[in-house]
Amino acid sequence: MHVFADQTNLDAYVSGFLWILKLTGASTFFALVLGVLLAAFRVSPVPVLRGLGTAWVNIFRNTPLTLIIFFCYFGLFSTLGLSLSDDLNLNNYWLGVVGLSVYTAAFVCEAVRSGINTVPAGQAEAARAVGLTFFQTLRIVILPQAGRAVVAPLGSVLIALCKNATIVGTIGLIEASSVMKDLINSNGDAVIPIFLVFAGTFAALLIPTGYFFGWLANRLAVKR
Amino acid sequence: MSSTVLYDHPGPRARSRNAVLSVAFGVGLVVLLWWVYRKFDEAGQWEGQLWQPFTEPDTWTQFIIPGLRQTLLAAATGMLLSLAFGILFAVGRLSERWWIRVPSGIVVEFFRAVPLLLMIFFIFYGVPFLIQGPVSAFWSVVVGLTLYNGSVLAEAFRAGVRSIPTGQSEAAYAVGMRKSQVMQLILVPQAARAMLPVIVSQLVVLLKDTALGYIVAFPELLQRGVNDLSANYGNVVAAAIVVAAIYILINSLITMLAGWLDRRSSRRAYRAPKQNVRDSTPADGGTVGEPQG
Repeated sequence: MHVFADQTNLDAYVSGFLWILKLTGASTFFALVLGVLLAAFRVSPVPVLRGLGTAWVNIFRNTPLTLIIFFCYFGLFSTLGLSLSDDLNLNNYWLGVVGLSVYTAAFVCEAVRSGINTVPAGQAEAARAVGLTFFQTLRIVILPQAGRAVVAPLGSVLIALCKNATIVGTIGLIEASSVMKDLINSNGDAVIPIFLVFAGTFAALLIPTGYFFGWLANRLAVKR
Repeated sequence: MSSTVLYDHPGPRARSRNAVLSVAFGVGLVVLLWWVYRKFDEAGQWEGQLWQPFTEPDTWTQFIIPGLRQTLLAAATGMLLSLAFGILFAVGRLSERWWIRVPSGIVVEFFRAVPLLLMIFFIFYGVPFLIQGPVSAFWSVVVGLTLYNGSVLAEAFRAGVRSIPTGQSEAAYAVGMRKSQVMQLILVPQAARAMLPVIVSQLVVLLKDTALGYIVAFPELLQRGVNDLSANYGNVVAAAIVVAAIYILINSLITMLAGWLDRRSSRRAYRAPKQNVRDSTPADGGTVGEPQG
């Protein structure tokens, strides 16, 4: 544990995980907004929007995230000149958020869509039969039930997103996995403790999150 | 046409309204795509010389195909090892002996929670210090993939075994089988068949994750087809688009295979009830599976 007694190493460890949390936070927000919008497109009666949603999901879900992040940096930034901040670190951070968000939105979209599909057709038919309009049906009957069904899958998506945030290290943001790599390279005698601290931090963050979402999903589940 | 819960089968008025909306959004989409096209054009990304390398056989034989071969090799090796790991730890977690069940549970939960990249860094940079010798990039990627995907598959298998009606194992005990025989001859084969679509879908996750090999300089498709290729021709955007298309093509084929297996197995005698499968996997590690039904 002498590695983490050193103040610089400790600071690097803390800042590495802070970047992971910041990436996760911003990407969760954008991925949720974009993903719900795409899900709305995919179930809409307008064929063009359905096609757009389907294309988005098929393209981004089947492309490796590493390639997307790589493209955000070398394609969007280096080649096409899209700069999101003057600060080098912040620029890499926002490029990473763009990549993580467009990738994760595809998974959010699929989760929400399958949530809407779990609502039995009879619910909407009954709602229309008592005279509710389309938006009333959606707001009062369908979405509250669909929202409960997507808690568990969205929890999995959030956990995957937090782990995927390490990939942003590829484009030069010194996040947790890059910090671990550097610490291992300079402290060859303490490889296992370093790994256990980093892996343990992820486990301590994510395993309780997984159980929390499992508990929440059970609690909110619609009993049918 | 697939029915949806959200709206009625459109009548004449709804059909004309949908047509108008289609045209409006269609025009918007075309304008957006045209804007993207112009942005690429301004940056000179449609220049023939950037795309011309892809018409030459050398580009394919020297960069893309060798990279693709390494990607597929790593994915295939990782898949075989993950299956073995998954079955072993699923059976371990279902054991009646706590000293097998608890450690198996800890291992599976741990490797599902640790980012794959962290594992690969540990194996590639850390393990050489421990064994006093180098670890190849190939094996650090494959071992990392195995530990992560094996743990995910272990949870899938466990859900599969638990979804088999208890009558199956009771009947097996009644004809005098031992516990290990019941597991090997009755439960695992049925769980494997019911879980086949899940296993094939996991192959997509695994194949995509081989791209992490790029970070430790493993010469796979992203490394060879985008990084090395564009270092020679200066066409990052073009190369990334071509390689992404290859990934999308392969993964779509695998997804179609999974869908076909799913439909095929639903015709067979036994399959896991959908409801139970969904409820019993509250936190599946990586991805949301194909929405079913």
